[in-house]
Amino acid sequence: MRIAVASGKGGTGKTSMVAALTVVAQTPLHVLDCDVEAPNSHLLLPLISQGTEDVRVPMPEFDPDLCGGCGQCVQFCASHALVQLGRVPLLLPELCHSCGGCVRLCPHQAIREMPHHVGVVETLAFSGRSDVTVFQGRLDVGVAMVSPVIRAVKHQVDGSDRTVLIDSPPGTACATATTLNGADAVLLVAEESRFGLHDLTLAVALVRQMHLPFAVLINRTATGRRKVRHWCRRQNIPVLAEIPEDKAVAQGYARGRMILDVLPEMWPVFAGVWQKLLHLPETVMA
Amino acid sequence: MKELVILSGKGGTGKTSVAVSFAILAQQAVLADCDVDAADMAQVLIPTHSEKHSFFAGQMAEIRPDVCTSCGACMRLCRFDAIAMTRDAKNRATFSVNPLACEGCGVCARFCPRQAIDLHEARRGSWMISDTRAGPLVHAELLPGADVSGKLVAEVRNYARRRAELENSDLVIIDGPPGIGCPVHAAMNHASLVLLVTEPTAAGRHDLRRIADLAKSFRLDIAVCINRWDVDPGLADQITAEARDFGARFVRRIRFDPAVTDAQMQGRTAVETDSPVAADLQDLWLQTEAFLYREKATC
Repeated sequence: MRIAVASGKGGTGKTSMVAALTVVAQTPLHVLDCDVEAPNSHLLLPLISQGTEDVRVPMPEFDPDLCGGCGQCVQFCASHALVQLGRVPLLLPELCHSCGGCVRLCPHQAIREMPHHVGVVETLAFSGRSDVTVFQGRLDVGVAMVSPVIRAVKHQVDGSDRTVLIDSPPGTACATATTLNGADAVLLVAEESRFGLHDLTLAVALVRQMHLPFAVLINRTATGRRKVRHWCRRQNIPVLAEIPEDKAVAQGYARGRMILDVLPEMWPVFAGVWQKLLHLPETVMA
Repeated sequence: MKELVILSGKGGTGKTSVAVSFAILAQQAVLADCDVDAADMAQVLIPTHSEKHSFFAGQMAEIRPDVCTSCGACMRLCRFDAIAMTRDAKNRATFSVNPLACEGCGVCARFCPRQAIDLHEARRGSWMISDTRAGPLVHAELLPGADVSGKLVAEVRNYARRRAELENSDLVIIDGPPGIGCPVHAAMNHASLVLLVTEPTAAGRHDLRRIADLAKSFRLDIAVCINRWDVDPGLADQITAEARDFGARFVRRIRFDPAVTDAQMQGRTAVETDSPVAADLQDLWLQTEAFLYREKATC
């Protein structure tokens, strides 16, 4: 079963919730940190590195002796990643999506694909729990294309029958859609603020479009702020928990202490959320 | 014309809160919300009038079922897992394109043996120019799951620049997206100053490093603002020292103040309140303005 934790707005507490759920889940687990632009799972969980794998994507390289300068590849490239300055086209790697089209259509077979390094996937063990493995993706600074590293993280658990818990990137664009693709249930972490409500509506639009069972957790609630809770009720969206704003939790988070270290009395709340998530596909359809 | 770009690396550090406050303090600026998949400036700056335009970018593949012979070549060629096969009641295979996964590369259409695949111009969302009490705001709504590719971000910036030229305004304030991927590249290139808003946490500091490295690789001037600094003054001091080491032109702090969210709930910026945090934001703005216009001051 694959459970993803996502949000529209950044900074609502996705990674914090993933850390808490990892601790309360009493089952062998794979945790995927798919926030590859700014991965933070290693800052909240006691993790020990087991090794790092390179992520490379194929990009075209031209043989100048074979290239006839016909320009068909340049015209075909939908990403405008090939530029015709001289006879042999120039590749703009930031734009290349690695579709392989230019290689296939070259009439002189003058193009081969060479691997370009775009990021890494690190495997980490959870100290004290031999049944939890974390896979963290990290995009190389300067690389534009995010999805290949996300896919590389997800491929780490192909064929595994362990439960998978996925920390998603913020937002609702293709990085998030790539992360959520194939999930069985999604937990949307929202905050009680105007921006929080607005961005939640966008995240809900995404999971509904993807036909994914989902529920909401409202983080950092405060008295007088109810708009997100009311909106969820009007939309018939289950709210699995509401976590109050707490300065001690914020200060703990700042130093890498996760919420259950600061407030162990919240264990039953998170255990309850986990159980509801495991059964979400049966109980709710998006 | 100056372009101030506000970024963070980590989400939720307060970019938009700073951006809308600056918009009010500047009054002569054109505003650009480049966080196109979660655009929040309009939540506080409340547009009074908007022009909306569709935004098209790239292509989307579609298989014509009447021509398709179900050979499956497209599924084998597609590198993005965007072609799915389903079987009907008579166990016949049909192939279809998943629009959320299709990246519009055109490979399936080009190599389909029956020419059964069409490529359509893809609508990715909308962009708008709105009037607000702080000035013109250029913003966008990306369709859920759309592949931004930086293009919509670049369009929003372009329109903001053009509007600034028309209005004889010399400043564009850009609220950027989180992360360090391609929408961030499109938001930050050629910025007059990149203001990095961070928070005094392990995650804030970690992600600040990554975005600062990116800005430096673009050869851009960087400044840092530590938001909610008093949550952890020790970490705030560490981040300040690190920021100076990596060449930040200035480092400022904003205190934690519930007035920021309270004002936001009422569609106001923190600098439109009497709360103590307003003074911190004003100080940050004055420092930012002084840096942006420093050359003028010397001539």
